[in-house]
Parts: sequence; C-alpha cells; structure tokens
Amino acid sequence: MPENLPLWAEITMTILLIGGAFFSLVGAWGLVRLPDAMTRLHAPTKATTLGIGGVLIASMVLVAARDGLFSVHELLITIFLVLTSPVVALFIAKVHLHLRQDRAALPRPPSGGDWAGYGAHGPTRGERAAPPADTRQ
Amino acid sequence: MIEIALILAAGSFGLGVLMCLWRVIKGPEVSDRILALDTMVINVIALLILMGMALGIKIFFEVAMLFALVGFVSTVAYCRFLLRGDIIE
Repeated sequence: MPENLPLWAEITMTILLIGGAFFSLVGAWGLVRLPDAMTRLHAPTKATTLGIGGVLIASMVLVAARDGLFSVHELLITIFLVLTSPVVALFIAKVHLHLRQDRAALPRPPSGGDWAGYGAHGPTRGERAAPPADTRQ
Repeated sequence: MIEIALILAAGSFGLGVLMCLWRVIKGPEVSDRILALDTMVINVIALLILMGMALGIKIFFEVAMLFALVGFVSTVAYCRFLLRGDIIE
C-alpha cells in the first residue's frame, strides 16, 4: 500500500478512486438492468470513460506525489480506450442489427433509401451473398 | 484513507466483473454477450491498475495496456466473424 503521501494527494486520489468505482458500478448495473440490446449498448460507456479515467488519473497523481514524475503510461491507456470504444460500439450495434432485427421493421432513414449499415457489407439474417462466379476454364 | 479507497474501488470493479459475467451467461443475444465481455475486459484493466497502485509495481501498466489491445482485437474479430463468417478475407 502507498505510504507517506502528502495530504492533497491522498484527498485527490480518494475522490478520484471513489468516483471511478461509482461509475463502473453504474455501468455494470445498467448492463444488467436495461431492457434490450440497443439500450444496453449505452450503459458500459460510463465504465469505459469515467470509471477507467478516474482510476488512471488517480494513478498519475500517485506517481506524481511519490516519485515526482509525470507518468505517461496511463495517458496511453486512456487514449487507446477512447479511440477504440466507438469502433467496438459500432461493430456490436451492427451485429445486433444484422443478425437479430427484421430489416423491414426498422424505421426508414429521413433521406430515403436504406441505412448505411446495410450498404455493401455483410449478409443480413438468412440471406448470404452469392459466391463469386467461377470464371476458370 | 487511501487504503480504504483502494479496497472499495477494487470491490466495486470486482462486482462489475460479476455483473458482466451474469450478462454473459444470461444475455439472450450474441451481441449482448460480446458487449458484456468487452465491459469485463475494461473492468479487469481497472483492477490491474489498482493492483499496480497498491503494490507499487510499474509493470502492471504494461499488462493493462496489453489487456486493452487484446480485448479490442478479440471483440472486433468476434463481431467480424459473426458479420462476415470470416475474419481475414
């Protein structure tokens, strides 16, 4: 356990740790409690940004107070998570739309046409893209 | 004071892992299971950082970074497998 820290560091770290723990609990409880898949996609974003962010900033404060250094590892992890979580959310929403939703029952986009997620990629439920024609002689 | 905060934070992140596990087991759809696994990886990263803070060992940050990388790649690979039936085309 870290010892002999100045009081300001202890107070800051305690607030950040408790806040991060609270938001991670909120995210996990939302994952358990919310009714369907698209709403459940919304809950863990709190745990990803605020929960992890609080813990990482607390760790930066600890390194700054104990060793007098500015630590960059934590910033790397934060930047990586913030960059990748939208990609993951998009992929999971796409899996849900393609595999479980009836395409005809979705609301139409305001510009007409079809949703961009159905564009060129991916077979929808039940229909597979036709294999390329065999052109060998 | 900081010991109590560390233990409380570790307890709630562990509880978060358990809630995600419940969603992995129960979750009616595949997308729910993938999302719960991704959140589990996030919580485990936080637990690793807390452990590094408590023990004062710096190598835990590298472990957490590797966990973040592997978690992202595995989530994307699983989604891609479900969408296309193939990971690398």
